[in-house]
Amino acid sequence: MNNDQILYLLQGAWGTVELSVLTFVFSAALGLAIALMRVSASQTLRGCAFGYINLIQGTPLLVIMGVCFYGPSILGFTETSPMFAAVLALTVHAAAFLGEIWRGCIESVPKNQWEAAECLGLNRIQRMFKVILPQALRIATPPTVGFMVQIVKNTSFASLVIGFAELSYNAKILNNSTFKPFLYFGVAAALYFVICYPLSWVSLKLERKLTVARDQG
Amino acid sequence: MTEIVRLKNVHKWFGDNHVLKGVDLSVKKGEIVAIIGQSGSGKSTALRCMDHLEIINEGEISVCGHTFGAGISSSDLKSLRLDVGIVFQSYNLFPHLTVEQNITLAPRSVRKMPKQQARQIALDVLTQVGLADKLAFYPEQLSGGQQQRVAIARSLAMDPKLMLFDEVTSALDPQLTGEVLRVIEKLAAGGMTMVLVTHEMAFAMKLAHRIIFMFEGKIHEQGTADILRNPKTPELQQFVSNGL
Repeated sequence: MNNDQILYLLQGAWGTVELSVLTFVFSAALGLAIALMRVSASQTLRGCAFGYINLIQGTPLLVIMGVCFYGPSILGFTETSPMFAAVLALTVHAAAFLGEIWRGCIESVPKNQWEAAECLGLNRIQRMFKVILPQALRIATPPTVGFMVQIVKNTSFASLVIGFAELSYNAKILNNSTFKPFLYFGVAAALYFVICYPLSWVSLKLERKLTVARDQG
Repeated sequence: MTEIVRLKNVHKWFGDNHVLKGVDLSVKKGEIVAIIGQSGSGKSTALRCMDHLEIINEGEISVCGHTFGAGISSSDLKSLRLDVGIVFQSYNLFPHLTVEQNITLAPRSVRKMPKQQARQIALDVLTQVGLADKLAFYPEQLSGGQQQRVAIARSLAMDPKLMLFDEVTSALDPQLTGEVLRVIEKLAAGGMTMVLVTHEMAFAMKLAHRIIFMFEGKIHEQGTADILRNPKTPELQQFVSNGL
């Protein structure tokens, strides 16, 4: 394995990081909206969010990738950049899962907190943003960081349909010309580990911290 | 005297469970009413109905001039919540906020009060409950009795016309109970209209102008503290003798 090949894999790893960060930012925004819709007072909003979550969770990511990559051209947009299609597909996918994780966190804030806020005259939006969400955030941090690991790994799907130059894709290209799958995919695996392990570690730490805080409280 | 609370033939079902079976009650301004009774007698439910936390199935409630049945307009509900302070058994302080923030949250976001003014009010109400030095503490750093006193202060900060207390000392040991009861006594001395659901018989006898004994979803007997000394109905006799 020469320096160029190592550099090529590292470039791929950078692509993976880029894709992960963008996906996380957009899916966090969409996921929060979905979670809020799921707990909203309006049945229509709840129904829409529920439908979205079920549709997306029941569809393979690979298929969503295909739709996001080829769909726009069918609709008449001449060119879809791989980056755009990949981030779109991953966002649509991750938001459904984050929405559901966060709904659980919002609902795990004790009901009497809602009640206390209600009795003080806070309206629904104030109750949500000033009382419930700050508490849900604490509960949500460990599973959210844990899910970020999933997002990082899911970016590899972009190599299959879209051909976005991320880590798996670059490893595949190297293997195609050298036929040393164990070497390149092995190094790719190690690089994924380097990206994901800190996240897992942080997730575990946060979980422990939260458990300790709860035991003491 | 003005009537602050009126319940007229109030019925409440939880599923098939008929919890309130036609409750009629009137509380005047400045009056202190203690509701006693066994678990399941509907006393907490009756109290919670007064703040529209439980929605009644039948009858009519009027609290601080806001009249409602099963439904209530959102503007009426909003002013009802401003007029009524309620304190719960489990304190329900917001754990992510300091004592000061717990108290100033509602004045600032509901009454749109400037920060300095809200802060001054927090200090005033905390002084009333004897916790002015705990402004910067988080709820988890306080004892149960202190938390409950902060919860009372938090309600007082909204300057309510009526205070409801739902078994506020049931989660506390006798010593901590004492410190919370002293705060309530002070409020009583200040002329606050109060309805208390309580298990503290001695306290109810000492403080309340009127004691209401609820039994199986109805007001079974009511009167001054004398009804506990000389109960008329066998049910209250039974209840009192169990308590001694």
